[in-house]
Amino acid sequence: MRQKHRHWLFVLGTGILPLHTAHAENPTQPPATYYEWQVKDFAINEPLGGLTGNPEQGRAIAGDQHRGNCLACHKLPIPEEKFFGNLGPPLTGIASRQSVGMIRLHVVDQSRFNPETVMPGYYRPPQQLHRVARGLEGRTWLTAQEIEDVVAYLATLK
Amino acid sequence: MNIQSVFNLLALGLGLAAIPVFAQEPISGYDYLTPEMQAMQDDDFANPGMIAVEAGGSLFSTPGTNGKSCAACHGSEGSKLDPKHIARYPVYSERLKKPVTLRNQILLCRKNRMGGPPLKYGSEQALQLEAFVRRLAYGEPVDVDVSGAMAPYYESGKKLFHTRWGQVDIACHQCHDYHAGQTFRGQKLTQGQSNGFPVYRHTEGQVVGLQERITQCLTNLRAEPYPLNSKEYIDLEVYMNARSNGLKIETPGIRY
Repeated sequence: MRQKHRHWLFVLGTGILPLHTAHAENPTQPPATYYEWQVKDFAINEPLGGLTGNPEQGRAIAGDQHRGNCLACHKLPIPEEKFFGNLGPPLTGIASRQSVGMIRLHVVDQSRFNPETVMPGYYRPPQQLHRVARGLEGRTWLTAQEIEDVVAYLATLK
Repeated sequence: MNIQSVFNLLALGLGLAAIPVFAQEPISGYDYLTPEMQAMQDDDFANPGMIAVEAGGSLFSTPGTNGKSCAACHGSEGSKLDPKHIARYPVYSERLKKPVTLRNQILLCRKNRMGGPPLKYGSEQALQLEAFVRRLAYGEPVDVDVSGAMAPYYESGKKLFHTRWGQVDIACHQCHDYHAGQTFRGQKLTQGQSNGFPVYRHTEGQVVGLQERITQCLTNLRAEPYPLNSKEYIDLEVYMNARSNGLKIETPGIRY
């Protein structure tokens, strides 16, 4: 019984906020190019840096607790995952409800919709961040390519 | 003024207006545990945090270099300590002109009255002594006075609690005031109350004090933590303990 209990807790334990040692970029490398973005009617209609997203990569990033970790707060149609949070709304069918440009803005900087949001800004301008851990200064959480991958994945959820 | 800025202002107004709604009754992290975990916390033989409490008890009766132990003044097992006073920490020290946390009081006593050797704030022994002493106030409601000279430290801690940190760019209150009880991945978010501290963290397999726990939170937010016993952490400890006023001390609590 005790063993079973511990296994359960281990699973829970792995679901805490993304771990400190993991980040999308290697801190020994200079930060990836930061692409400026424009908001129009609650949407970023142009892909960041003109990049093309890969939905399969995006699905992996959304499910990876060290990267997107979307399912920490959102229900997603990823059947192999057991634990989803409910801090945010379910994202199943999100592309039927919102344009791709709106989805992009949600991922890039949700505070444009709700200034008190608990959702991290995955591509908020790094100079707006406060007391970022040493080695992560000047970096966004996800790179522009990763953002486009996640957006491409979410765009398939109709 | 375009529609975007109108919307932002409106949303900001709603956000500000919503804050008082979240001024809620404090709920212990215990209430968010599963019944199995609650049972484990309640059973002194099953609660892993009791190991730290017992180790602290041994240190309490171990003499310092001048031959006196904590127990020499405070009684065997701390019998002469007043649980109601323990529940008031952090308290303002007129002599030091700043708030003193429970752990700092223990370390000061050891340095000034037992001839040392001094313990580091982050040492295991300091944590164990804190766990032992706070356990003496088990069941006592937290009772921090933040009036008078304590007020500026409380306000500073409150401001820090509402400051966005790190690459994740969220503040303590956003999870612990707005979303307590909701599910983050597989587990319930708590209000982040301090009445169980020092706590045994099941996911880490270790006992931690409040400041160590804040460091873990800031690290998860990909923020640069402050050093232990820094002014920022002491202020946060003042605010967070006062925020838990009225909750019964559970040391050692079990938390995820």
